[in-house]
Formats: sequence, structure tokens, C-alpha cells
Amino acid sequence: MAFVTANWNPLGEAFYRKTELYEMGWNLKDGLRDCLLAAAPYGGPIGKSELTISLFKKIYIHIFITSSCIFLSLQWKSGVVRQLGWTVCDDLLCIQEDGTVLIYDLFGSFKRHFSMGNEVGQSQVVEAKVFHSPYGTGVAIVTGASRFTLATNIDDLKLRRLPEVPGLQGAPTCWAVLTQDRQSKVLVANGGDLFILDYTACTAVNPPGLSPQASSIVHMCVSFSYKYLALFTDSGHVWMGSANLKEKLSEVETKVRNPPKQMAWCRRPKSRQPSVVIMWDRHLLVVGEGKDTISYHLEDDSILVPEMDGVRIINGTNHELLQEVPASCEEIFKIASMAPGALLLEAHKEYEKESQKADEYLREIKEQGLLAEAVRQCVEAAGHEQEAETQKTLLRAASFGKCFLSNFPPELFVIMCRDLRVLNAVRDYTVGIPLTHTQFKQMTVQVLIDRLVYRKLYPLAIEICRYLKTPEYQGVSRVLKHWACCKVQQKEESDEVIARTISLKLGEAAGISYSEIATKAYECGRTELAIKLLEFEPRSGEQVPLLLKMKRSQLALSKAIESGDTDLVYTVVTYLKNEMNRGDFFMTLRNQPVALSLYRQFCKHQEQDTLKDLFNQDDDHQELGNFYVKASYKEKRLEARVAHLQSAVDEYNKAKNEFAAKTTEEEMRLLRFQKKLEEEKGESLVGFSLHDTLRTLLAVGLHKHAEQLYKDFKVPDKRFWWLKLTALAEKEDWEELEKFAKSKKSPIGYLPFVEVCVKHHNKYEAKKYVSRVTPEQKVKAHLAVGDMEGAADAAIERRNEGEISTILSRCSPTTDRALVERLNRAKSTAAKK
Amino acid sequence: MAQSGRRDAPELPDFSLLKRLARDQLIYLLEQLPGRKDLFIDADLMSPLDRIANVTTLKQHEVDKLYKVELKPIVSTADQLCFLIRPRIQTVKWISVNLDKAAGRLRRYKIIFTPQKLPEFFRENFLEGDQRWVGAAGGALRLIHSLYGPFSKVYGIGQCAKMVYESWREQVEDGEQKTQQPEIGNVFLIDRDVDFITPLCSQVVYEGLVDDIFRIKCGSVEFGPEVTSSDKSIKVMLNSQDKVFNEIRNEHFSNVFGFLSQKARNLQTAYDKRRGMDIQQMKAFVSEELKGLKQEHRLLSLHIGASECIMKKKTKQDFQELLKTEHSLLEGFEVRECVSFIEEHINRQISMIDSLRLLCLLSLTENGDNCLFALVQSYGIEHLLTFSNLKQMGLLVEQQPGETLTVMESKVGKLVNDKTAGKLTDAFSSLAKKSNFRALSKRLVLIPKSGEEYDLRVPRDMAYIFSGAYVPLSCKLIEQVLERDGWTGLEEITRMLNGHEFAVSADSQRIVLVMFLGGCTYSEISALRFLGRERGYKFIVVTTAITNSGRLLEALLDNHP
Repeated sequence: MAFVTANWNPLGEAFYRKTELYEMGWNLKDGLRDCLLAAAPYGGPIGKSELTISLFKKIYIHIFITSSCIFLSLQWKSGVVRQLGWTVCDDLLCIQEDGTVLIYDLFGSFKRHFSMGNEVGQSQVVEAKVFHSPYGTGVAIVTGASRFTLATNIDDLKLRRLPEVPGLQGAPTCWAVLTQDRQSKVLVANGGDLFILDYTACTAVNPPGLSPQASSIVHMCVSFSYKYLALFTDSGHVWMGSANLKEKLSEVETKVRNPPKQMAWCRRPKSRQPSVVIMWDRHLLVVGEGKDTISYHLEDDSILVPEMDGVRIINGTNHELLQEVPASCEEIFKIASMAPGALLLEAHKEYEKESQKADEYLREIKEQGLLAEAVRQCVEAAGHEQEAETQKTLLRAASFGKCFLSNFPPELFVIMCRDLRVLNAVRDYTVGIPLTHTQFKQMTVQVLIDRLVYRKLYPLAIEICRYLKTPEYQGVSRVLKHWACCKVQQKEESDEVIARTISLKLGEAAGISYSEIATKAYECGRTELAIKLLEFEPRSGEQVPLLLKMKRSQLALSKAIESGDTDLVYTVVTYLKNEMNRGDFFMTLRNQPVALSLYRQFCKHQEQDTLKDLFNQDDDHQELGNFYVKASYKEKRLEARVAHLQSAVDEYNKAKNEFAAKTTEEEMRLLRFQKKLEEEKGESLVGFSLHDTLRTLLAVGLHKHAEQLYKDFKVPDKRFWWLKLTALAEKEDWEELEKFAKSKKSPIGYLPFVEVCVKHHNKYEAKKYVSRVTPEQKVKAHLAVGDMEGAADAAIERRNEGEISTILSRCSPTTDRALVERLNRAKSTAAKK
Repeated sequence: MAQSGRRDAPELPDFSLLKRLARDQLIYLLEQLPGRKDLFIDADLMSPLDRIANVTTLKQHEVDKLYKVELKPIVSTADQLCFLIRPRIQTVKWISVNLDKAAGRLRRYKIIFTPQKLPEFFRENFLEGDQRWVGAAGGALRLIHSLYGPFSKVYGIGQCAKMVYESWREQVEDGEQKTQQPEIGNVFLIDRDVDFITPLCSQVVYEGLVDDIFRIKCGSVEFGPEVTSSDKSIKVMLNSQDKVFNEIRNEHFSNVFGFLSQKARNLQTAYDKRRGMDIQQMKAFVSEELKGLKQEHRLLSLHIGASECIMKKKTKQDFQELLKTEHSLLEGFEVRECVSFIEEHINRQISMIDSLRLLCLLSLTENGDNCLFALVQSYGIEHLLTFSNLKQMGLLVEQQPGETLTVMESKVGKLVNDKTAGKLTDAFSSLAKKSNFRALSKRLVLIPKSGEEYDLRVPRDMAYIFSGAYVPLSCKLIEQVLERDGWTGLEEITRMLNGHEFAVSADSQRIVLVMFLGGCTYSEISALRFLGRERGYKFIVVTTAITNSGRLLEALLDNHP
């Protein structure tokens, strides 16, 4: 505790500290000499490959976790590897000199490969860089022909061949990838010239205020956030500025002229100053704004791993973190600090010693009103400390201070305690993820869980989810699903055992998708296991896609129907249609009425012919008949129409639907009749109903033909009389109407004659028929022609009270008084009766 | 008028929530295509869209121009096109054909599919057996449940109702549960095919009449020149915000005129208040009352216009006889006269839909008819397909020769004429699978005793919506089930209705959600409102569509080549 500041070094206004994270447990014979090494940021894994190529010696690629426990060794059988790198999801990229990029997972299983372009072939990759941006993991290469190729996201591979750099021969002196304006660009130094390469152009640029002594830029690096750039010149100057080369932050002379081995920005969010770590063989230098530098001696070959809040230094024996001391830690631990946090820590120490000084310190803070600030500082500083003991001391001090505050929100403290517990767990030597609190917050718990799952650290992941009370869907269930997906790959165990183990373990968890696990099993070639697992899937809809993939289409269809999701049923039906021969397909549908009716619906709109086949198969003669009738009215030609109708008649007969058969036969007869008349008389008739045909014939005066139709088709008398009556009245052919009325006894009576004439405003004609109206309708007839007297006579004669009332209601003040009286009298007598 | 009802009737939940929800969802979808865009809308989505979002809302979310989907080439020049359509193959094909016909242009497209439901439900579900719609109905129920639930009782009748219930249960089990104060207690699901009689009857309640004659679309109606007595058509929202309409919507038409003239007089009195006012009072009158009065005046004159128009159409001899025929059929009285009326109706080609309607009514009440041939003669062979549809739905029953008479008559006739016993059993067994309307009507007392005066101004039961001639079967079922708290005692009835009834319950509530699968009529809604007033319930009616005899039958026509 007393030595917290022992590893601090001042630089400008800030302090820098180098903390040991792990003692490396890798027993490397040659240290890190002559090998390729790549370490993923956020405390990710390390990949190492031997550089030497010899015909006789086997070459291995090793994957380590950061604490250097070896994860696995992989015998390399492919081409010469130029560069190793890690993707954002912890996959290892091996970039070969022929431009092929091979991707392996953390366990050394080959995942896939891709090429950086055909043109790489002859000229070979001279240098390659793996970079991370919001768009994913990118790869940039430069070839022997001095051409750059870049892929911003290897999961959505789009190769960009960048323009030529003028005057560049062979490899450039140094280069870096920038991400600016949503585009990845390459910054290249060729001697003293600096260029920016984007997709379309190569632009020469000048860093503002670069020391004139420099004739060549020998090294460069870009900050983690792509915001800052550092250049190292042959004159030993380090230029620091913004990555867009618009602003210079500082320039420092290092007095070392050798080109450095590696250089990295050492910043943290809210850094006090820009600073860069430069590494030569055995020498490490931290450079800030001022002339001063911090110099470290290195015992061993090392590499620098830039992080968002510092730089990790890895060598054969040690793994360290170099960072600017966070403000809160500085405030608290700086010698003779009077910051509220420092006082609180002191107060708590005294309190533990049971000394009254505790009170004095506390009073001092409280008098300034800074107790809340003090608690906050302690909590924050705890987050930045690696040592559990230091963390605890700080948190205890914070907790102590909190007791004297009434309204201090507890979340800050509680969350920090939780976070630290998680962080300490993953920092453990056996897990080896040395995340800082800042990185953890940036990365989120979700991603951390993913990483743990990826490393198959399932129990720890579940513990963390439970501890942080992550909702089951995102937490425990997700981990268990991954575990199950891993489990199904264990070839040595039987399907039975695996299925049982999985269901036992997953039984309680919410939101588990068994179909995903089953898919995994199927992908590993274990179809039987997949089917067993699918049975656990409660949502039948989820089972369908995989069942289809496994060619269990019948089962898929039943499950789709069970799910009640008709879209899913359609999916399966369409699939079956393409997979099976027609006969089998129809048979399958026949056993599934829901699917059949859906398919019928589809055919109705899309495939009329298939519809027919379906009806045929089912011997559904009624529907077939309907089908032909429908088809008939799509036909223009009469013969085709009649032919369809004939088919319909046959089907209706088979269906024993006499009515439909007869109707259809009549229609055929009618069509022929219409066609004949159309040809003879030029009246357009085809397609009319019998009624309309008759009306048209009567309207144009083809009475004989109408008569013929009437007889041939046994049109009911009533209909014919109505038709003829209306037609004649419409033509105002009163003479013909009268003849017609007298031709024989009207089956519809004579009231319609009266009413139709009145409708056509011919009361004179109407009156002719009044006398022939039946007694029951006489009153109506008289009223229709406006003959009140007649109506009254008829009603009184019939002594019908209702009719008399109707007439009375039609009487107006102009009506003859005597008539009204007569009616009233008759009404009263009728009523008495 | 009689709007008071019982005092202990509960308050309805806030349904504007549903509207807001729909609007927010639309905005969310529109915003997924950021930037200016043209919007294409299916013609039949125009009215529903009107209800949730106006043009200003659309403009706020960068909709530039609005087009109706007309299946013609797209003329829009916008870089982003958004389609709001029903999921129909034809429309999607049209879009795919039109994708970048103007070659070389980079355009962004977004297609928003609205849920499958509403008007097509009836035909597709009941006729074509397409169960796609069940999930959509279940989804609607789930939404209501999540907003206003939980439901303490669910009753239902009909196969589709049962499936919707199951679909809803499944969806609820999948999603998360939350507990809240229930607003809707009881739910009643009913299939349209449980009761075809009611929607086939002519409507005589004001709102139903307006729908029969002018067709209400999405709660609003367009009154043509014959109503507005100008050369313009006016679109009016018909809901409880229209004070005039609110008071007459559930009234029998015979009462409407009296009410409207009373209202007109009141309005005049209100206007007349101006006389003898001093300046100050006048000022207050103008600023406070005049606007309301003018609005009411405008609506009043529209409803008077509509009523006159209805009068003209409906007081004709024909309509009176039509109603008489319907009522006779419902009562099973003077069936021979009815048949000859129908025959004449068909022979004179008066109205195809009305003819079909009467045929179906005859068939449902009397189990059969023989006028089909005449109908084909009048309207063409295409109706063979319509008949086939109607038969499949059970709306038409094929007639065995010599079975024209009413059931009563035929029973008696057969006994009297000493036909063989075999024939008699035949007649009965054929009854079993056919419509059981007569028996249902007797058991449920759907036809009030004839001969008694029925005062339509003071209705005594739900029959008032059919001039006192018939209590709608659907609503009577609801009434009975609510009264009995389940189906106990109604076993015989449900057997005749082909079963599939269910009841799932906890404790009783006064707010009842009734979901009609396949549509309901305004008359049925009026009847339920009446029942609610009488018994202290509040009914919320959810339906796949508002229907009436016209819409119902048009859905089953297959005569368009």
C-alpha cells in the first residue's frame, strides 16, 4: 500500500506507471527473437509463429492467453506467414506472402480463408497490417510492386486496390492505416515524402511544423482512436499531431537516431497530455509534450500492444501495463496530496487505528463540503487499481465516507464493487484477460461474456451472468446455448447421452432455442441428434427450417401446421413442391387438409392448371365442373366455350348434380341460339342471360324469336309476360300491348298492366285494364289510375275496412265531401261487422 | 332519446390508445427509410390510414407525395419509394415489375405489409378454409389483452372462434406476462356462420340503414348530391362525436324523423335566443355557442337529407313488401306467398343481390327452395359458381323435389297424405344437417308473439332493430351466455349450431368484448348496445369487418369473368 507510487514516473504534468500484470509462464527458449507475435487488444489472446523457414524443421503457431498459459500449438503446413493478427471476435488471421489470409479460431480450428487479390501472386506481400474500426476487422497489405490493397471488413470482403504512390520503389519506409470520414486510408512515408492514399487518389501531405532537420520519416503510429498520429524521423525527432495532419501537438528530440522497433500511443480518455511509447531493442522511451522523457531499460525482446488507455508490454518473462496515472489515483496517492480523496483515505486509516485523527480529517473534508467528491474519488481510483488490496482499501474508505453523507446515491459504489469483482475474476492468471476498468466499460459485459464463451469458460460466464443479474435471455441462457452447441460436437459421446445431458442442463433456462443447437448438431453431421434435440423445442415453428434442411419434410409440414403460422406452411409446401414428384406431393397434401387448402388458395391465384389436377386427384367433380364453367367465360371463341361447358356438364353429371348439369346444358343451348341469331340479325347477344336475351329480342321487335326462345327454354309464363309487358310499354307500343293482354288470360294478372302503363304516364291505357283486375286488387288498380270513385266503389262493395282506410288516407281536402262521407259510413259498418 | 340506461354501467376503457399505437408504429416504419420519400398506398387502406394519421403527420416524416396503388407504371421520380399495402400477390408482382424500370437509377424501396385481416376474412376463412387469418385475429386479441386485459372470462362459439382463442393463448404464453388492472372482463368470440340469418335481414335501424344504402367505410360515409342537395359530395365521420348521429344511430328508422324535427326546432330556439340580446350577450353567444350550433346545424341538415333519401327509397311499395316477406319467412308464416314474391322478384330482375338474399333467407328458414333455376335465367350461368359457394357455406340448401313447403306444413302434409314412413324419416334426417333456424327460433324465442303491438319508440327487447319481428340470433346467444354465465342449459342450442362452444372463466365483469369473426352488422351492434343499456353491460365490438347483406353476398359471388 505504501508503495503505490513506487512505480510512478513524472512526465510533464502527469505521472506514468508501469504495472506488472503477469509473470509470463511461457517457457520460450529464444525469447521473442525471430518470431511473429500478435496480441489482441482488450487483453485478448496472443498468437506466435516462428519466423525461420527451414525445410526440415516443423513450424508451429502457438496461441496463448495473455497470462501465457499455452492454449494450443498448431503445426503449420501452409505457406509462408508474413503477419499474424486478431479479429474483433478473437479469431486468428494468418496473412501469407502469397496474399492468402487464413482464419483460425481460438482453438486452432481452421474456419475459412480468403485472398487479398490475384495480382499479389508474383510480387508477394511485403508487409501486412491488421486493423480494427467500427466497420469490423480490416487487412491492409503492400506488395513487392509497391501497391497497397485494403479490405475494411473481412466479413464483408470488398478489396480496394489503392492508387500508385509516385516514386515508390519496393517497400515504403513506413506506413499506417487510418480511418477517417468513414473510409479506411493508408498513410505512406517514402523517405521524407508523406502521402495519403484513399480509394481514388494519392495525395501528398505535409505534417505542419515537422523539424527541418529530418530528411526521412522512419516510423509512424496512429492512436487507438485513429485521432492522433506520431512520426519518428531520421533526425531522432518525434512529431505528434492530429491524424488529419492539420494540427501539431508537440515535437520532441529523443537523441536516438536508430529507427525504433515499435512505437505506440500511450493515451487514456481524458489524458493530460499526448504521449508516445517508443521501443528500441533494449530501450523504452515515453515521450510527452515537454523535453523530458521517461526511459526504461528492457531486459528482453518485447512487443508493444496499444490499448485504449495505455500500452501493454510483453516479453519472454513479463507482461506489463504502461499508462498515464489516472487523475483520481494521482489525487489520492500523490505524495502530500491534500485532495479530498486523499484525506478521506487518511481519515479511514486513522479510524481503523481507532485514532481521533480520523475525526479531524473528516471534519476538514466536510468543512470544505467535499465529502461527496472524496467518496467519488476513492471509488473511481479503486477502479483503476490492479491490486485487489489497494482496491479494497479505497472502497473501504469510500464506504466509510459514505456513512457521513445523507443523500449520496449508492449506485456508483455498488456498481464499482460488482465490476471489480468481475474484473478480478477474469484477470486471474488462469483466465488471463487483463482488462482495465476503462476497457471493460467500453467493451460491455455482453462482449466479455462472449469472449469467455468463446474460450469455453462456461462456468465462469454463467457465474458472472448470475452475479450481475443479467436477464436470462441475454445471460445464462445464451451461455448455456453455446455450451450445448459445443457439447454436440463431442464425438465420443452417444446421441442419447448428449441429448439427455443437454435437456437436463437447459431444462429450466428461459428462452433457449433448441433449434439453434440442433442446427449445430446437424452441421456436425449428427442428424439423429439434431432430431432428438428438436423435440425439446417448444415452438414448433422454430423446428421447421432445420427439418427442411435435414430433408425431414413430412415432419416439417406437420410442425409448420402445428405452429399455426401459415407463412411457414407455405414455405414448406413450396419446398415440397420442388423436392417431390407431383404424385407424392399431392398425396402428402391430401393427408394435411390445412396445407391443402392453403395450396389450393395459392393455385387459384397462380396456377389454374395445378388446381385442376388437384381436383382431379380428389375426384372432386363438383369443383371440376365449377372450374370448367369459370374457364368457359374466359374464352372468347364460342366453340371453346361450349367445349368447356360440355366438360363441366360431364363433371356435374359425375358429381350427380343434376341441377348444375341441366343448367349448364341449357347454357350451351342458349349460347348456340344466341350465336345463330347474332349471325342472322346482327344483334349482339352472346353471353347474355336468358332473361336479358329475351328482353333484347323483345326490345328490337324480334317477337317471333322471343316466342321461340320462350317455348324452347320453357321460360315460365309469368316471367315471359312480365318481360313482354315491360318491353312493349317501354316502346310505348300500346296497340301491341292490348293485343298481348287479350291473347290469353294473363298469368300475372292485370294489375301489372295497369301499373306499368301508369309508370309510363299513360293513364288512358292503364284504365283499359282496370276492369280485368281481380276483385282483391281492384282498389289498388283504381288508386293507381287516380280514380277515387272507382276505388271507393270497389272497396265498399268488398266491405273491406283496411282498403277503405287506405283510400281515406289518400283523400285530400279537394276530394269530394260526399265520397269521403260515404267511405266513412262504409268504414263504420264494416267495422261493426 | 333512451340513452340513459343503468347507472351502474361501467366506463369504457380508453381506446384512443390503439389509434396512437398504430400511428406510432407507422411512423416507426416510415422512419426506417430516412429521408424524403414517396408513399404508395393500397386503395383500400386509404380510409384506415385516415383514421390514424393525416397528411401533416406523413409530411413530418418526410413523405413527399402520396400515390394510390393502381397497378399502373410508377411515375414517381423520388429516390426512395415506400409502399403501404396489403399482402396480395398481385400488388407485390406489380411492385417487382416496376422496380427500376427506369434503368440505371439507384432507388431505395420499402414495403410495409399491413396485417392480413378485415374484409377478406369472411370469404377466405369460411369459404376457402384459409386459416391464415386466424393468427391475425389472435394477434388483435393479444394486443387488446396486453393493453386492457387480463380477461377474466372468455366465451366463444364456432370453429374459427375456437382456433382464434387457441392462437391467442399461444401468443400470450410466448410473450411476457404483466399484471395490471383489468379493464375488459369478458370476451365473447363468435363465428359469423353461427348466425347468417341476422346479417341477411334488411336493416331498419338508422346506422344500419345508412350502411345498407350509402355504405359506411371505416366509420365514415360519403353523402352524395342527393343528400347534400348541392352538387358536391360530403364525407362525414359517423361516431359519437357527431351529437345528432349519436342520438339516432341506434333508433328504429320510424323514430328518426320525429327526433330530427324536434332537434331542428330546438336548434331554431337556440338561434332565436339572439333576438333581444344586448351587445355583450350577443358577443358571448357568438364566441361560445354559435360555432357549436352551426356545426350541429350542418350535421342536422345532412342527416335530414340522408333520412329523406332513405325514405324515398324505402317507403316504396316494394320495400314494404320485401320487409313483409322477410318477416314472414322468419316467422315461417305464409311461406307460399313468400316463395311467389321471391319468384316474381327474380323474374322481374329487380335486384340480383336482394334476390340472392331472399333465396338464402328462404333456404335457411325453410330448408330449401327451387328458384335457383329462375335466378340463372335472370342473371346468367356464372351464378352456378355463386350457388356452389353459398351451398358450401350452408347459406343455400339443395332442395329435394317436392319439399317446398314449410317444415310445419310438410310435416302435417306428409302425415295427412299418408306418405310412407321412410320418406318421413328422410325428411327429418335431412333437417339435421341443414339450418335449424326454426327450432332455434322456438327455443330461444327469437320471434316475438305476433299480434301484439310493438311500440318502437319504447323498445322492450332487441327485436326492435327488426321492427319487433325478430331478435338477432347472434345477440341472443350472447345475452343468454352472459346471463347463464356459460353454456349450461344451452346444450341443445349449441348442438344445433354445430358446437365448438367454449367458456373459460375466473370471475364476472361488466365490460364485454365481443369479437365477430367474419363481420357483424350495425344492427347487431345496436342490439348489443340496447342489451347493454338494459342489463348494465358495456359492449366493445371487435370485428373482422362491418358487414351487411350486400357485402356478405358480394363476397360470395363468383360471376365476374
